[in-house]
Amino acid sequence: MRVSLFVTCLGDRFFANAAADAVRLLRSLDVEVDFPKDQTCCGQPAWNAGDVPEALRMATHTAEVFADADYVVLPSGSCTAMLRCTYPRLLEAPAVAERSYELAEFIVDVLEVTELGRGLEGRRLAYHHGCHALRELGLETQPVRLLESAGAGVVPWEMDQECCGFGGLFSVKNPEVSVAMADRKLDTLPDVETVVSADGGCLLQLDGRARHRGLPIRFKSLASVLWEARRGGA
Amino acid sequence: MEVHSGDYRARARRIIEETPEVREAVTAATRTFVEHRLEAFADLDEDALSHWAERVKSHALTHLADYLEEAEARLVERGAHVHWAESASDVHRILERIVRDNGVKKVVKAKSMLSEEVGLNPFLESCGVEVLETDLGEYIIQLFGEPPSHIVGPSIHRSLDDIRAIFHERLGTPRDASPERLAAAARELLRNAFLTAEMGISGGNFLVAETGSIALIENEGNIRLSTSVPRIHVALVGIEKVLPKWDDLSIFLQVTAKSATGQPVGCFVSIIQGPGGSAAGEPDGPEELHVVLVDNGRSRLLADPEVWEALRCVRCGACLNICPVYRQTGGHAYGYVYSGPIGAILAPGLVGLEETLPLPFASTHCGACKDVCPVRIPIPDLLHVWRKRAVERGLTSGVERSVLGLWASVVTRPALFGLAEKVAGLIPDQVVRHLPMLREWSAGRELPRATGRTFRELWDEGIE
Repeated sequence: MRVSLFVTCLGDRFFANAAADAVRLLRSLDVEVDFPKDQTCCGQPAWNAGDVPEALRMATHTAEVFADADYVVLPSGSCTAMLRCTYPRLLEAPAVAERSYELAEFIVDVLEVTELGRGLEGRRLAYHHGCHALRELGLETQPVRLLESAGAGVVPWEMDQECCGFGGLFSVKNPEVSVAMADRKLDTLPDVETVVSADGGCLLQLDGRARHRGLPIRFKSLASVLWEARRGGA
Repeated sequence: MEVHSGDYRARARRIIEETPEVREAVTAATRTFVEHRLEAFADLDEDALSHWAERVKSHALTHLADYLEEAEARLVERGAHVHWAESASDVHRILERIVRDNGVKKVVKAKSMLSEEVGLNPFLESCGVEVLETDLGEYIIQLFGEPPSHIVGPSIHRSLDDIRAIFHERLGTPRDASPERLAAAARELLRNAFLTAEMGISGGNFLVAETGSIALIENEGNIRLSTSVPRIHVALVGIEKVLPKWDDLSIFLQVTAKSATGQPVGCFVSIIQGPGGSAAGEPDGPEELHVVLVDNGRSRLLADPEVWEALRCVRCGACLNICPVYRQTGGHAYGYVYSGPIGAILAPGLVGLEETLPLPFASTHCGACKDVCPVRIPIPDLLHVWRKRAVERGLTSGVERSVLGLWASVVTRPALFGLAEKVAGLIPDQVVRHLPMLREWSAGRELPRATGRTFRELWDEGIE
């Protein structure tokens, strides 16, 4: 099986190692990974800002870049939602829409793999559900299942499905509310060593706030933690 | 009411920074509402109910003129006076005449968001009429001189201590009075008002066309009293409140109450079909019933094919309760009578986009509201329509437009994108945190830690 990795703009710049872990993980599952070099940004920032013409330019570009891909796999829930749920509103029948999967979703739903290894034995994690992953893709059980089957304890967190306050431009248009939302998440966090999420924007938001407050919490991309699950116990 | 939505960010900041207890009170109250709502729907097919409710409301709205005329005919048959108000000033004019003709000096009011929307209390006071809110929450904010901060719980932003203090000052209750003692003090004062007021004013949760029935949901009995004891009852009803059939009503009452507070229905439901002593079998009630059907921007919204669905709203407040943005500030930040997600889509439709910006942007687009709406209003999509229009009309900030335009130009040229990433990685943090927009990020958050190399560099080197 062959997939094209869409690393996403945030992933390329801020989560390069996690994206590399996604490649390692997919290869370890006998998936051939390619990386179309012309890929850039899916256009979600412009779409959320209401700038439809600019979003259309970016969507057109991205749809062309991945036009021939059998599967597009993204280490990002919200960018996957942009491709799957929003591109059909911008472009005419974009093939890329129905071939795009978030990484954990691809592993569980397409590869039908639910156990990666036992590399997370004894780890206490919390999982933050990105809003678009949860509500647009319906990605709820897959990431947690992969973490738990690798031995991790995913600790219940009453606010695990509440928005972190990032919201793209919202975070800089309404910084006070955005930060208050991050605080609500952080203040309700159970005693865990690491918070895991499939969304880079949420991780930047929560990590940025936690470091500002001097809180000793680690934030990690789902891709990296899933690779740890695989590597540790494979 | 006056609209102050332009100050959203400043108001939100003030609430968060200067009155942190508001954030706590609102969060606690809304979370309770959310839990009760979940319990109320636990054993029901919520999806089927909301699909049905959506269908009924959409049908009513797309046949609105016919159903309104049917409701009017039924009400008139029973001796009610039906008035049509296109605007807030029409409502004022109609009320002024009723007040003058009847020498009304004192009005008791049941909770009505529409009366807030059209600024009725200040207008009546300017006519020399004493106006008393009789819903306990509304009474509390009337004492504080504030607008409601929530559609269903108008005073949820106020703590018990706040209420103790204002009751002590205004009603002379002890500083440490129990909630029961406070309620009793309000009750005593309000009971007397019900008996002495010449007129009661209510809203209307639903207006059934088939039977000409106005339905009102409540918990305190004050609506029952306001609408039946005084000699005159005036009901302000938004034209979008119409339901076609009597049989539709019972389910809408339940869906609304369950969505709002998790109650099976309200403690009281009043059905009003005409004045007392009318031929069609209303033995009790006021001598005069006036029903004011209010447009105030609704028909303009209805004619707008991209956003009309907002009019299905039954004002349950479920979208406010679930909204993580609303929870940080409560409703006063929004500067408009309807706050939260529904307010952010109604405000530009009823008042105008320019006047109510940046409300459509006061959302992270998290989508939680869409999942709880009992009439399936696609709130995130409608927020997006208003955002799109704000961009099209050049109402968003120049900096933002330039940044997005530049970004689009860069990302559609892959070579430039790679170069831009490299350059961005070279700018020191001390400079980055002063750049437009990133400056706002840096106020309460550290900048992202960029990995040394981009993924495309790692890929080129080969990933082992």
